[in-house]
Amino acid sequence: MGNRSIVPYGPQHPVLPEPIHLDLVLEDEKVLAAIPSIGFIHRGLESLTGKKDFNEMVYVAERICGICSFMHGMSYCMALEDIMNVEVPRRADYLRTIWAEMSRLHSHLLWLGLLADGFGFESLFMHSWRLREKILDMFEASTGGRVIFSVNTIGGVLKDMPNDMLKDFVRQLDDMEKEIRETTSIFLDDYTVKSRLVDVGIITGEDAIRRGAVGPMMRASGINVDMRKNGYAAYNDIDFEVITSNKCDSYARCEVRIGELFQSIDIIRQCVAKIPDTEINTKVTGMPNGESFIRVEQPRGEAFYHVRANGTKFLDRFRVRTPTFANIPALTQTLQGCQYGDVPLLVLTIDPCISCTER
Amino acid sequence: MGQILPFTKQVLKNLFSEPATTQYPFVQREYPERTRGHVDINKDQCILCGMCMRSCPPGAIKVDRAAKTWTINRFDCIQCGYCTEKCPKKCLSITPGYQEPGPEKFNYSVEVPYEPPKPAAKPAAATAPAGGTKPEA
Ligand code: SF4
Ligand code: SF4
Repeated sequence: MGNRSIVPYGPQHPVLPEPIHLDLVLEDEKVLAAIPSIGFIHRGLESLTGKKDFNEMVYVAERICGICSFMHGMSYCMALEDIMNVEVPRRADYLRTIWAEMSRLHSHLLWLGLLADGFGFESLFMHSWRLREKILDMFEASTGGRVIFSVNTIGGVLKDMPNDMLKDFVRQLDDMEKEIRETTSIFLDDYTVKSRLVDVGIITGEDAIRRGAVGPMMRASGINVDMRKNGYAAYNDIDFEVITSNKCDSYARCEVRIGELFQSIDIIRQCVAKIPDTEINTKVTGMPNGESFIRVEQPRGEAFYHVRANGTKFLDRFRVRTPTFANIPALTQTLQGCQYGDVPLLVLTIDPCISCTER
Repeated sequence: MGQILPFTKQVLKNLFSEPATTQYPFVQREYPERTRGHVDINKDQCILCGMCMRSCPPGAIKVDRAAKTWTINRFDCIQCGYCTEKCPKKCLSITPGYQEPGPEKFNYSVEVPYEPPKPAAKPAAATAPAGGTKPEA
């Protein structure tokens, strides 16, 4: 038996973009157990429901996360639309789908960059982020914001993308697709990258289910779950296959996310081809009264929204469960038995977003 | 065994391609026209109704009916655009051009030439909610 020690890891750590703390129980270089603790950046956004009315909360919900900001705004609006029985115009649904997939693209490219940085491949990190920059430029051209978009409203969206702009985006995405293929082939084929990813951090499908993993983490263990298949927004009109992998390791998680990059581009293409010319929002009057549960597929996995309204302009309850929170138990499982040097990489493979976990 | 070649190709491409970044202070970036930089007011149309002040989530706008001023603290504004939605006269707009950073938060104020119609003039809503130009709690 080797030497046992407990190493505190985080909340400040060079490889962690955000603060999570893990107590790692080590035996020599091997991790026996990892005990996570969160709560360093709690912002109390949910409790703002008492101070901001339900319309202003759209802008609060958007600020839960800086990466899935669009999807948080969208899910919140979807919950309110559900409570108030508002039918969203079809074009708004399509626009939401396009922006949601653009968010997925930029989130996954961001993640690929962080992963490359995590295993010390600096230039690959730069290349992933160079590609991501183009998506941000598209966001800026269409919504006016690069990070926070403020285009969602209860009843639809606030800004339209003219058809010319949509066509131009598709053209840009076509060009980008080639570049993404080139860059991501390094993740998938390069020997050095593979030596860090293959067979590292295995979690089987059963374990992933037992631990309640979501999103790419689950799909990389061969489980076919994707909330987009529930058909919110315009997804019921779109033809796409859920991307899964049976390898269950870090490489699989990388593979699934890379597959989703191309899938997102394809979904955007389909949306642009099918988008109808209707209004982009409906006028909503009255106060919400009732309760709603919304599940959406964010880049990191399933996010869950609960909103309860009481007929006044202030909501009773607003609760979000973000994908990272659901993936932390799965993370502790992958950490058991891994090498100490692989810990940063494994933490990254769940694509942690601690700010939105703690809201 | 993976290949070692994929990255070599990218390396060669990097050597012979232009930089992806711009030389910032010398080359200015052009913003698309939708960029949400700062809130602008067309003061000739404003009727000092105060809708923008009441709707602004961080409370960055202050409308003073008595002094006939419309004041914004651009450092508090989160460029959400809700005021532009709410303004009944549509005299607010968000235009490119970000607020420059500075050592302290200051207010930007405009005098509004609005004359309330005499006969039907109500003394109404000059009471400002506590929000004002306070930074977000
Ligand atoms: S853009 Fe938003 S934060 Fe800024 S003044 Fe208008 S309502 Fe307030
Ligand atoms: S809502 Fe428009 S008209 Fe009313 S005070 Fe504000 S800027 Fe003026």
